Amino acid sequence: MSDVTVSAAFPQQARYLAWRSVIRTMRQPIVIVPPLVFPLFLLAINSSGLGAATDIPGFPTTSYLAFALAFPFMQGAIFSTNTAGTNVAQDIDTGFFNRLSLTPMSGPSLLVGQLTGVLLIGTLQAVAFLAAGLAAGASIAAGPLGVPVLFALSLLIAAAFGAIGLFAALRTGSSEAVQGLFPLMFILLFLSSATMPRDLIAHEWYRTVATINPVSYLIEGLRSLIITGWDAEALALGFGAAAAIFVVALVGATLALRERMVRT
Amino acid sequence: MSRRSRYLSVVRTVAWRNLHMVVRAPALLLPPLVFPLFFYMAFAGGLSSVGELPGFSYYNYDAFQFVFVLLQSAAFGGVFIGFSIGADFDSGFTRRLFLAAGDRSAVIAGFGVAAIVRAALVWAVVFAVALATGMKIGGDGVDLLGLLALAVVVFIAAFLFAAGMMTRLRTLQAAPAMQLPLFMILMTAPVYVPRGLLQGWIASVSQVNPFTAIIEAGRSLMAGGPFHVLLAFACGAGLAALLSIFALRGLRKAEAAG
Repeated sequence: MSDVTVSAAFPQQARYLAWRSVIRTMRQPIVIVPPLVFPLFLLAINSSGLGAATDIPGFPTTSYLAFALAFPFMQGAIFSTNTAGTNVAQDIDTGFFNRLSLTPMSGPSLLVGQLTGVLLIGTLQAVAFLAAGLAAGASIAAGPLGVPVLFALSLLIAAAFGAIGLFAALRTGSSEAVQGLFPLMFILLFLSSATMPRDLIAHEWYRTVATINPVSYLIEGLRSLIITGWDAEALALGFGAAAAIFVVALVGATLALRERMVRT
Repeated sequence: MSRRSRYLSVVRTVAWRNLHMVVRAPALLLPPLVFPLFFYMAFAGGLSSVGELPGFSYYNYDAFQFVFVLLQSAAFGGVFIGFSIGADFDSGFTRRLFLAAGDRSAVIAGFGVAAIVRAALVWAVVFAVALATGMKIGGDGVDLLGLLALAVVVFIAAFLFAAGMMTRLRTLQAAPAMQLPLFMILMTAPVYVPRGLLQGWIASVSQVNPFTAIIEAGRSLMAGGPFHVLLAFACGAGLAALLSIFALRGLRKAEAAG
């Protein structure tokens, strides 16, 4: 990995590292199970505990389960930050990264490879969350065509948060620093329109925070497919915010990787 | 030196060491401090319109959520000290302490004393933030003391649970095994709305969840209309009594493991 430019061998290198990332992910049930179980548990609690909230005048749906179904998708994406970041930080910690730097492996193939494991978990999560939601009685207002769009947006969000994890790991080289991001991400999730539509949030300061919080637009994009149907504005904002986070985080991760290579 | 003095000396030393660590590394205090504040902001701020629902009879949604957050921070304050016990087991320090102490329960009690001091600091900050952001108090001083006493009982029960788990598993990696059951008990109580407005499976579960009695009594004390307070203290004290046996048996297992 003498430099981080994309070489002709990039597809092959990316494939090897992607395979390693997938195998590594599949061998760690602790990486797969909590991101699946914990969001479903919270969905079950919130959809029952806040079921009465649909009686608030102006609430956009009669089913809080349908309203809350976007929440686990976002929560699962937050786990991606940890998964991707912790794996890279461990590689740095164990010296695997240093050994890799002695090979002609390119930097971008490392980033793409690591994100593949994240996308695998993201796919498992999307299938599990949607299946659980539908089994519990929710429906997709956008119809069957909405499902692939829901999956595409949730995977883009997972990749974006995975890239944040990569950036943190490459910048700090510390698993603890990556773990420390988790509460911060969780705070971003809760300080959004995750549990209540923005126009129904009574406290003005909270509504303002939720409005400037990009997580609100990610959730509203996902949610629009479930409770509204085809809402071009919500989808454009959702895909746009996810793509922007992904690009910024990936650029940050690439620069951090370049800097780490210099230090190595 | 009498047996009692030696016991208290060990308690004081372990507690002081733990508090000293917090002073030297204040970041240790951040998770138990930030999480209650964050939950208070997220629940009281984001869900405040839930307080306007028909059938929601509590006087103030901020106060409604504050009681939950206070009791939740009491429970997690008890559990967070379990991390310190686990970390000291990982480093071998707890085993050395066990060798030095005549009565090993004093070592665990020392962790408990440190935890209650840390928890009291967290409660003071959360209470100050809640008041500063406009929370209204319905009860008088006696009611608030009752609420605080309830928080202490919850703290003791959670601490005994954490101590029991950590003396059995003896590693920090067992942290999720402490947090998850507690999280499930807390969240299956009436967190967002009163019990009468709960729907679905959680309405049934909350009926048999002992934390429901505790949180409802806490909210009644906050409102100044004590309700089922004795039942709540009985639930908390009963749990604490059972968990003290659990913790003592865990201690015996740790001693036997060497």
